[in-house]
Amino acid sequence: MHYNWNWGIFWQESPDGVSTYMDTLLAGLKWTLALSISAWIMALIIGTVIGTIRTMPNKWAVRVANGYVELFRNIPLIVQMFLWYFVMPEIVPAGIGNWLKSLPNASFVTAFLALGFFTSSRIAVQVSAGINALPRGQKLAGTALGLTLPQTYRYVLLPMSFRIIIPSLTNEFAAIIKNSSVALTIGLVELTAATYSMREFTFQTFESLTGATVIYVIISGIALLLARWLEKAIAIPGFIASGSANTGGH
Amino acid sequence: MFSNFDFDVIQRSWFYLFTTGMKFTLTLTVVAMIGGILFGTVLAMMRLSHNKVISFVATSYVNLIRSVPLVLVIFWFYFLVPFIGAWITGASQPVQVGAFSSALITFILFEAAYYCEIMRSGIQSIPRGQISAGYALGMNYWQMMGNVVLPQAFRNMIPILLTQTIVLFQDVSLVYVLGSVPDFVTVASKIAQRDGRLVEMYMFVAVVYFVMSFGLSTLVKKLQQRVAIIR
Repeated sequence: MHYNWNWGIFWQESPDGVSTYMDTLLAGLKWTLALSISAWIMALIIGTVIGTIRTMPNKWAVRVANGYVELFRNIPLIVQMFLWYFVMPEIVPAGIGNWLKSLPNASFVTAFLALGFFTSSRIAVQVSAGINALPRGQKLAGTALGLTLPQTYRYVLLPMSFRIIIPSLTNEFAAIIKNSSVALTIGLVELTAATYSMREFTFQTFESLTGATVIYVIISGIALLLARWLEKAIAIPGFIASGSANTGGH
Repeated sequence: MFSNFDFDVIQRSWFYLFTTGMKFTLTLTVVAMIGGILFGTVLAMMRLSHNKVISFVATSYVNLIRSVPLVLVIFWFYFLVPFIGAWITGASQPVQVGAFSSALITFILFEAAYYCEIMRSGIQSIPRGQISAGYALGMNYWQMMGNVVLPQAFRNMIPILLTQTIVLFQDVSLVYVLGSVPDFVTVASKIAQRDGRLVEMYMFVAVVYFVMSFGLSTLVKKLQQRVAIIR
């Protein structure tokens, strides 16, 4: 059994006639990065808000925030993508639904929403874990200085907890890049989908898969280096970060 | 909003959905969990080995798998397994291994990298005194690992291993990208497209996944309180 290897395939012209297959992969990479970074910003903002609410004294607010986390954690990402892409335009008023369907980048927008909400619930868990990991005295000291509760969060608790959870946020950033590949199921031609289409045109299966694998490995290597640098740059003397070791999850 | 919501399509198909799709998804989850934990434990022991070559091989494998998306890994093995099969058996054509075996191999090899990290932290959480005590009793490495370290590591890690299994249960839905594997999401989406009832079907799928994952994670939380070793 032999397979015809042809590593030169990346430099050959793709069916559009103007670019090479390498350009196809790089165009996919652009969508992957655009989707990951935009969804990451959204997830970080919502995740911080929900994660903070989870540590508040108000029981009902905590319940609502916990419900939010459970909702987005317990449905597979691919199903959430389908819900945003196929279901949402149908159950909102017809005018909005039609507008959503006719958006020029409908699959990008829906993938962004799905990935952003999905990741925000995971970030919320990490943010509240970070706040809960702080000594109780931090909060008391903040209020004793005459800060209001929002001020205590703004100036004391959140800056401290974010430094503690940097390693897990890094893992989450690596995860969002990988999870963005699920967007191919709703028609976004990101890196994995670009690989698959390259394979369909050339039948050079393993070269195209290797190309994508190498690109993903390089991105996660860069993310890891940046995270190490960030961890060192903003470490608080006397507080040891919980370490980059991540066990489960994705 | 739900005025033309057709519950009939769910009523017609739920039995079929559960007896084929969900059965496939659950079988794959359980078998991949067992295989993944076994292979993951071997990988963890390799990573902690004093032999530099062995630990380098295991570390590279785990880091490689963990930096690539599952969808890409599914494509890799879907195309690679027939070739490896042909190479092992010496056949001249790629060997067709079937949807279940192909998906199973993918998930065992992929999840093993994640289970490996869980088992590694489990093994590392065992106090060194336990290892010395094992050797002091005259055990060799394998007896010490099998009778002293691994049972305790497993016990400590049961909740996290099960949490990872819930992740695996959700991950199985990604075999949808192959289109030919009859898991819960694929079967449901085929019915949805056939009957033109995407809204009802996908909402039903979401509710089923939510109820099952939420139920399982609640059980894991209860179990976690029970198995916690008091030190």
